[in-house]
Amino acid sequence: MATRDEIADALAGMTLFADLAAPQLQGVAGRFEEAFFAEGARVLRQGLSGSAFYVILDGDAAILVDGEQRATLGRGEFFGEVSILLGELPTADVVAVRPMRCVVLPGAAVEGFLIEHPKVMYRMLQAQSRRLRNANRARG
Amino acid sequence: MADPERPFPPGSYPVIVIGSGPGGLQVAHELDQRGIGHAVLSADPGPGGMFRRWPFFQRLLSWTKPYATPDQGSRGFERWDWNSLLGGKPELRGLQTQFMDGSSDFPSRPEMEASLTAFADRAGLNVRYGCRWESTAHEQAAAGTRFRLTTSDGEYECEHLIVAVGIAEPFSPPTPGIEHAVHYADTRAAESYAGRRLFIIGKQNSGFELASGLLQWASRITLASPSPAKTSIETHSLVGVRARYVQPFEDSALGGGVDILSASVAQISRIEGALRVDLKRTDNGMPVSLEADEVIAATGFTCPLLDLPALGVATFGQSKLPAQTAYWESATVPGIYFAGTITSGASGLKKHGIPSYSGAVQGHRYNGRLLVERLAEQRFGIARPRPPIALGDLATHVLAEATNAPELWHQKAYLARVVSVSADDGIRDEGAMPLTHFLDVDGPNAVAVTIEADGQGAIYPVAYVRRDGKVDEHTLEPHPLHDFEGAAYRKQVGGLLDLIAPGASTA
Repeated sequence: MATRDEIADALAGMTLFADLAAPQLQGVAGRFEEAFFAEGARVLRQGLSGSAFYVILDGDAAILVDGEQRATLGRGEFFGEVSILLGELPTADVVAVRPMRCVVLPGAAVEGFLIEHPKVMYRMLQAQSRRLRNANRARG
Repeated sequence: MADPERPFPPGSYPVIVIGSGPGGLQVAHELDQRGIGHAVLSADPGPGGMFRRWPFFQRLLSWTKPYATPDQGSRGFERWDWNSLLGGKPELRGLQTQFMDGSSDFPSRPEMEASLTAFADRAGLNVRYGCRWESTAHEQAAAGTRFRLTTSDGEYECEHLIVAVGIAEPFSPPTPGIEHAVHYADTRAAESYAGRRLFIIGKQNSGFELASGLLQWASRITLASPSPAKTSIETHSLVGVRARYVQPFEDSALGGGVDILSASVAQISRIEGALRVDLKRTDNGMPVSLEADEVIAATGFTCPLLDLPALGVATFGQSKLPAQTAYWESATVPGIYFAGTITSGASGLKKHGIPSYSGAVQGHRYNGRLLVERLAEQRFGIARPRPPIALGDLATHVLAEATNAPELWHQKAYLARVVSVSADDGIRDEGAMPLTHFLDVDGPNAVAVTIEADGQGAIYPVAYVRRDGKVDEHTLEPHPLHDFEGAAYRKQVGGLLDLIAPGASTA
């Protein structure tokens, strides 16, 4: 993975960006930055300010609250948005459980990005609704 | 008898450094000072690295303010001098000031090259110039991994390989017709663009550097890349196009012969007497076409890591930077370390989107020092100094570091100044270390102080207090003059220090 074209191609296959045309994907790929995390590396840190929004290009991550694993995330899934949308500190650690590549958007840029890309915002809302439904089901 | 002009003949060395730009020279000086056996190899004919060639338009992006403080040999002066390497002795410090003619606080390229050459000479650094690294192999021996390098001068072996070869290999994207473009690295003398219509691919600093330098020569300049360009003034950081290059933005805003487009290049083709560039706008997908006499790809550089990726060194991003630990070791191949601009691949927490400033000398010179300090301690049994601090001096020490420490100001939210407190060892100044290392490695009760920025214009200290293995972040208020030594800060920091060193606020 490396070039903007390759990142745009990877994003094209993800539900979150499924409604964007090729030139828009290029723009998104240029706006996000790629990051690599070795196995065991902490990506998001519970209680630390200034965090970012991450979309996984490749690899898996575990969500840990107070050190206890709550869920795992894989390719095409995203994290970090909850604390950014709510303006609060992250309530979980996210740790790479195997080498992981992500694209990253700084927290302060997320609102502007979503407003410029309402289709991405709608897809994100769908994913959040699904998470909420599943959480409610799990609670019974 | 070894040839003094060609030190470090092929053979086995504990540490091998590749590169003689600022990154390689800083590391070589640190190794020398600690008496660690090493060889420095460079394909170049002399010191300076990228500053032997770039930037084109003769002045750097990084300033030195010779009169900022009276003592140019002091640690405090480093804060006002982005360009000098860190000398072990006072006479090796602040060297850039001796190579500036007073016409600008941004040294010219030859002035920077002269300062680096003077550092190498006066520090007595040995480098084997004209020795090109060609390939790498590694083998697992009983004593650990060994690296074998093939060079133009023969075979070398080492346990620890420090790669400081810059981000120096021109990169052009695989756009159809890219062969009609020339890369930034092959830009000609400015006057040869007189009256030419210029199309520049890329809206990073290199694109705007060319645009700025050619404003008086080109007949028209268009810059395009898929994402909107931001200036460092907007990002409140070194992210974005630097203030030195904002003139094209104003020309564009006033319709003055410069156009800045958010568009991807679909194709470049040759037409009668010119080039045709077909673009697709990224904001609305609409096509745009234009004619140009010259197309320049200011599309960046990649790391010339040769065969290291084949050895397992993971890379990422357009520049193919190696993924690194907080201490600049390959995240995937232990024993390979990085120095110089390549250390920007370790971006740290990137709080508020602001990365480490390791892409510039003022940032990575500290990385080089800390890398060797750590290597010395971990691999060569050379302990770093950990001077004791009296309880009554603790708050003063922490606030003085926050206000003045060049490491913290040049590597915001990346490097922290750490003080530990334990029953066995008392209160110890642990020096500077990467913040993520402090956060990830358990240890005694301690405080780490950083300088951070929120990307909205505020700059403030942050104290990370580790107590019984748990770290809490405490953000201090910004100060309009960045002076964090006053009573309000003493009170707040004193209260935090009391958590790990009871009595610190009143002692």
